[in-house]
Amino acid sequence: MAEVILDFERPIRDLENKIEEMRKYEDNLGLKKEIENLEKKVNQLKENIYENLTRWQRVQLARHPERPYTLDYVYMMTEDFIEFHGDRNYADDKAIVGGFAKIDGQKVMIIGHQKGRDTKSNIYRNFGMPNPEGYRKALRLMKLAAKFDVPVITLIDTPGAFPGIEAEERGQAEAIARNLLEMSRLKVPIIVVIIGEGASGGALGIGVGDRILMLENTWYSVISPESCSSILWRTWEYKEQAAEALKLTAKDLLEQGIIDRIVPEPLGGAHKNHQKMADILKNTLLEELVLFRKIKPEKLIEQRINKFGKMGFYKE
Amino acid sequence: MGWFKRTKKNISDKSQKRNIPDGQWVKCVDCDEIMHKKQFELNLWVCVKCGSHFRIGSDEYLSFLLDKNSFSEMDRKLISADPLDFTDTQKYSDRIKSSIKKTKLNDAVKTGTGKINGKKIAIAVMDFKFIGGSMGSVVGEKIARAADKAYKDKIPLIIISSSGGARMMEGAFSLMQMAKTSSRLARLADAGIPYISVLTDPTTGGITASYAMLGDVNIAEPNALIGFAGPRVIKETIGRDLPAGFQKSEFLVEKGFIDFIVNRKDLKNKISLLLEYLT
Repeated sequence: MAEVILDFERPIRDLENKIEEMRKYEDNLGLKKEIENLEKKVNQLKENIYENLTRWQRVQLARHPERPYTLDYVYMMTEDFIEFHGDRNYADDKAIVGGFAKIDGQKVMIIGHQKGRDTKSNIYRNFGMPNPEGYRKALRLMKLAAKFDVPVITLIDTPGAFPGIEAEERGQAEAIARNLLEMSRLKVPIIVVIIGEGASGGALGIGVGDRILMLENTWYSVISPESCSSILWRTWEYKEQAAEALKLTAKDLLEQGIIDRIVPEPLGGAHKNHQKMADILKNTLLEELVLFRKIKPEKLIEQRINKFGKMGFYKE
Repeated sequence: MGWFKRTKKNISDKSQKRNIPDGQWVKCVDCDEIMHKKQFELNLWVCVKCGSHFRIGSDEYLSFLLDKNSFSEMDRKLISADPLDFTDTQKYSDRIKSSIKKTKLNDAVKTGTGKINGKKIAIAVMDFKFIGGSMGSVVGEKIARAADKAYKDKIPLIIISSSGGARMMEGAFSLMQMAKTSSRLARLADAGIPYISVLTDPTTGGITASYAMLGDVNIAEPNALIGFAGPRVIKETIGRDLPAGFQKSEFLVEKGFIDFIVNRKDLKNKISLLLEYLT
């Protein structure tokens, strides 16, 4: 697959190419010093660019086609993964995957949206847009985890729940609603991580938990910037403004008190170094899991309901 | 073939006209029957000829559902505070102000307690005319508190929904109201307190994907639009026309998501009978 370079990544890539070119002649022409200088410049440029990204640029990073997806994390962070299929009612949804795994020997149930890498696998995964059976499979697996006292980790990365005729016929809304209710009273800890796109109900459908984390370059909101633009401005042209208005980045959501923690990404984004990203996330999850040892289910549920109860902003 | 024939439908469809019109005479959107306003009101805003249910708001529902003078409103003063300082073609704070002025409501839901044939209940009724009945922090908090009231007083909860979904102008705060309201219903369910959900035209998006679908019993008015994604979005996604009756109450009964359809004039007695079984 051809490398995808976003427009704000272009100046960095150009400099990197130049350095590579110079390396070829390094010994002959004595370019060592110059290369070092350029490398310093690249790093500065990177820090500068990635610290000052607009919200829309972060949305683009969150959608970067080379970002690690759920199964990438599963294979890089865990051992002994056993994937489970099907909702026991209708079908197996390929847009949500899940199963038991071990992180550093600790048993977890890990569930997440799954996107594809190319056209063929994207069609197979329905672009990470679940149908009702996906949410019902997720719930089945969470209940299985609760039955055997295993904590749940969910990884969120979806452009939304699928808006199709069959999805409506099989109760997309009911499936998501049921998950919200059941997840809020699940008897084991749930740690939620937004690893890419967190689009609305399709994301929240596996997103109710005790701790909500976002990777640095991800977004989470009630609607995508494009759809927001098309509804409020009646054209898709205002997606940048919509992204700004929605305040949908990890930093925004931490300020709004909706998420608990931002997980840093390797410089340039998660797609630049999958293994490093997975290592960071793994260590973060191990820290998070410790928080919930020895907590009684009743107390856990009470805390979870109160956590979401506090979210909101109004005058009285 | 006429050169200037309109091939595409206008954007404003029947859905807009389903709101109660001003003036002394009312024309039915579906059968063109002309009714006097008084006659129309006495028939609970339902066409006397074809039975088409017009879209009504909280005051209208409370007027015929509850026993006379039994309603006591809660949290009337909750008002949206524009958490994101949101501006699209206009400022959200201005939108709120003008909606309050226009509708004489403070937000898209009215909550409180009342009596149905002598039985005390907690009730929430949504108003579509307030920014499309959308749910932001205020709607979420009021629904949650109504559920808490039911929980504390051990009385049944009834929610009458009418909404386009979550309110965009409050971003992730709006989304989280879905989790907030659903989690409070979980608490209610665990305590064995009944919750009846009534879905009216239209109930879509984040409302259907949270409390509206979570009733012990889900009831719908006839011919109401009920779904997750809106019909326009689905049509654009799949690139073909939608089947007749798609996402209407009758369709949802057929697919197994609504227990039964009830005519507005029977709503009070149907709920009352249900409460006999559920309490």
